[in-house]
Amino acid sequence: MSHLPYLAAGWILLAGIFGMVTSRNLVHVVVCLSVTQSATYVLLLTIGYRKGGTAPVFSDIKPTGKVVDPVVQAMALTDIVVNATVTALLLALAVQVAKRRGTIDPDQLRPLE
Amino acid sequence: MSHRARFAVFVIGVAGLAVLYVLAAFRLPDFGGRFHPYGERAVTSAIAERTKNVVSSVNFDQRAFDTVGEELILFASALGAVVLLRTVRREREEEAGEHGYGPADVFDALRLTGYALLPVTLLIGVYIVAHGHLSPGGGFQGGVVLGTALHLLYLTGDYPALDRLRPVPAFEAGEALAAGVFVILGLAGAGLVIPMNAMVGLEVGCAIVLVLTKFFEQALLVRTDEAGKGEGT
Repeated sequence: MSHLPYLAAGWILLAGIFGMVTSRNLVHVVVCLSVTQSATYVLLLTIGYRKGGTAPVFSDIKPTGKVVDPVVQAMALTDIVVNATVTALLLALAVQVAKRRGTIDPDQLRPLE
Repeated sequence: MSHRARFAVFVIGVAGLAVLYVLAAFRLPDFGGRFHPYGERAVTSAIAERTKNVVSSVNFDQRAFDTVGEELILFASALGAVVLLRTVRREREEEAGEHGYGPADVFDALRLTGYALLPVTLLIGVYIVAHGHLSPGGGFQGGVVLGTALHLLYLTGDYPALDRLRPVPAFEAGEALAAGVFVILGLAGAGLVIPMNAMVGLEVGCAIVLVLTKFFEQALLVRTDEAGKGEGT
């Protein structure tokens, strides 16, 4: 059972991809992409977890205290920032598509004119 | 490609991915294991530098140069969103306050709460940025708090007030300045956690304000000149 969290991350990834493939709405696609990317948060934090470890902040614990891996936590932070900015950019694209084509259903969109 | 064909391709691809992923997952180290060589080195190094928040130390000291890349991603996509959402020729932008987004539509209690929370939230944002090296928090987190704090004014129903409190050129300048200073700090080397936190806080706050401004303008102010089209209210 010690590999269950890795499998959970994989499951979230596949659920997000499934949502993107079957989506009928561009905003929904963007949200599904966020779900897909959140699989990487779970994967990173899973790799960094250490049994009995606490947060890697030494304000109130001794420097010898047992903490989880801070490197992957920093990467998860990077990941979240990139996710937020990519979401903003894609939503801006969805706004433009809605304005220019009058639809946000990916199936109604034709290749570039 | 038809729906069914696309779904078939998806199923084949996903089945392959799932099999490979499961095989790989069982070769990964055990969950909660003791072997974290990079983590231990990062902790030792952060304590030597007296940065108590090791995550901040990794981001702004040990991997500061990589964070410059992350920062530029943030900058580029904020810029991209602003460019994509600019007012094009066929559209015109209304003055804020031309319509009734004013205080009349909102309960007094909600309005007062919004006004009262604004300074408190700004203070919390500054605190989170300034204490990022000592306690959980930092430039990214505090910047988000700062950027969203201003939009409490929108929740109070007072869009014109938000518009007055939010001089867009100033935020554009702040964003560019913070990005530039951050790149210099990142190239300058290690041990600059506090100024880097401050710059990231400034940049994230400005980026959020700018992007949300554009989305608000699209939703509230931009109208297409052709009658009846694009009236997305």
